[in-house]
Amino acid sequence: MRQSIWPTPERPPLVPGRFRGDTHRGDRVFSWITAASASIVILTVLAMTGQMLASSWLSLETFHWSFITSLEWNPVTEQFGALPFIFGTIVSSTVALALAVPVSFGVALFLSELAPEWLRNPFGFLVELLAAVPSVVYGLWGIFALAPLMRETVEPALRASLGFLPLFSGPNQGYGMLTASVVLAIMITPTIASVSREVLRAVPRAYREAALGLGATQWEAIRTGVFPVARSGLVGAVVLGLGRALGETMAVTMLIGNRADISASLFAPGYTMASVIANEFTEATEDLYLSALAEIGLLLFIITVLLNIFARFLVWRVGRQGGA
Amino acid sequence: MSTTNSVVASGSVSGAPWGSDAHLQVVPPPPSLGALGAMVEPLHESAKMSAVGLRASFGAREILKGISIPLYEKHVTAIIGPSGCGKSTFIRCLNRMHEVVSGATSVGQVHLDGQDIFSMDPVRLRRRVGMVFQKPNPFPTMSIRDNVLAGLRLNGLKVAEPDALVERALRQVALWDEVKDGIHRSGLSLSGGQQQRLCIARTLAMEPEVILMDEPCSALDPIATARVEELIHELKKDYTIVIVTHNMQQAARVADYTAFFYMGELIEHDRTDVIFTRPAQQRTEDYITGRFG
Repeated sequence: MRQSIWPTPERPPLVPGRFRGDTHRGDRVFSWITAASASIVILTVLAMTGQMLASSWLSLETFHWSFITSLEWNPVTEQFGALPFIFGTIVSSTVALALAVPVSFGVALFLSELAPEWLRNPFGFLVELLAAVPSVVYGLWGIFALAPLMRETVEPALRASLGFLPLFSGPNQGYGMLTASVVLAIMITPTIASVSREVLRAVPRAYREAALGLGATQWEAIRTGVFPVARSGLVGAVVLGLGRALGETMAVTMLIGNRADISASLFAPGYTMASVIANEFTEATEDLYLSALAEIGLLLFIITVLLNIFARFLVWRVGRQGGA
Repeated sequence: MSTTNSVVASGSVSGAPWGSDAHLQVVPPPPSLGALGAMVEPLHESAKMSAVGLRASFGAREILKGISIPLYEKHVTAIIGPSGCGKSTFIRCLNRMHEVVSGATSVGQVHLDGQDIFSMDPVRLRRRVGMVFQKPNPFPTMSIRDNVLAGLRLNGLKVAEPDALVERALRQVALWDEVKDGIHRSGLSLSGGQQQRLCIARTLAMEPEVILMDEPCSALDPIATARVEELIHELKKDYTIVIVTHNMQQAARVADYTAFFYMGELIEHDRTDVIFTRPAQQRTEDYITGRFG
């Protein structure tokens, strides 16, 4: 007869100390370690928020709400208003998303649904490789290739066809909101595309086949059987892309023109929150100047958090509607 | 053509020599139409669909090695056989769902009302040949009602009275009384058996001519299974049904005809009572008596 390895009240464990409490102690230690790792994340966020609040306190006290409503950014007179930077960050990210999302979804659909099998992995790998290119390289490419192209071809063409819109009017130098947005779009496309591809691939075949079995065309099967299921994941992919666009510093700084101004035209130069911090931090010798830059950092942090909450809300609402 | 790891020796489509399993009596099926020639009683109904020399592969792996079989109109044909014998692949060929998977190919002919399905538009074919899958797969973001209407909407049909149609389809699958108060709830709020009946209702709403069922009860409990089987019984008045099943009792209960597949070949096809009481092939008997598979 085979003897059970498990100890009973009558029979002590075969190996003393190996069972019961000991195994459980291992589990407990493991759970402490993971809990500690998880709490590091929360502590980091809290510490960061606290530090930024402390650093920007002087500026917060001095300017109150006028910091985010004032257009004036003048280190000489110590007048600091962040509105142009907030505007620049939001506009460049929005335009970049508008350009990148359709392309990204197209790439993701092609890779997950339509491309021949032998092409999928190499192509997918290339897309992911694009996401790994350092942003300063994108910036250099923007200066040498994209900016001249925008100045000489794209922007004149836009003005010629859509010049009646204030968006596409005014002088163009190739450096400005539009060029920065285009390079941002190129940078976030691989991120959105590769996450979307994973999301689409994770949709069970069953739903695709359910639609096909009902006489759907390939496009209809994607629309009925794949997209609705993948919806929240796709929103997540877009939010990831947006997060990257909001925080992107180097390439944008190299291309946006760096002028603290609000203009209706996308051709005009602008400035983003990340760019102004990077550009002016080393020059900020006055306490108030430094504090104002820290407050911009705080605002960027808050905007990012708010956008993420908004995106989560969208996902939640979409999911609930679908389930209703 | 033939797989390397197969016990079946490579070569001819039908009349293939039987493998090395010593306990199996080696009786080669008759040529050309496979086991059809060995029928005990003549099959007289008209065939709604028929496969002729149908072969199907995934990449280099041949799954179906030349299947010829008629599927009789307004009758239930059950496909039985051990795992991996190609029965699912076979019915997925019947609505050209097999070729949707990349790397999947098929040769040979399948006729629907005498017309070769491989020369038809697959989208139109699938409207006429509906399919119910192994796992219930209602569209997760749609309500029960929208699930029933999904096929019609996909095909751009304007439904005059959608509510009446939804009710009729759900009554057909005996789901109406269970869901009528929550028709706008998610299809996922239903139990597995209810979901599967919803999927059948969704297929019925399209008014197909043939319904293919790929192990429709394998994910269901016995009570839900019994309901689906009852339903199949009802449905054969109007539809030609082909059902793949692992469960031989199920085949015996619901099917008028039963086909036994083994390693990509059709071993025997006959009236269900014949298959289960006096099969012509030793391998069929071995399978239904549980001696292998």
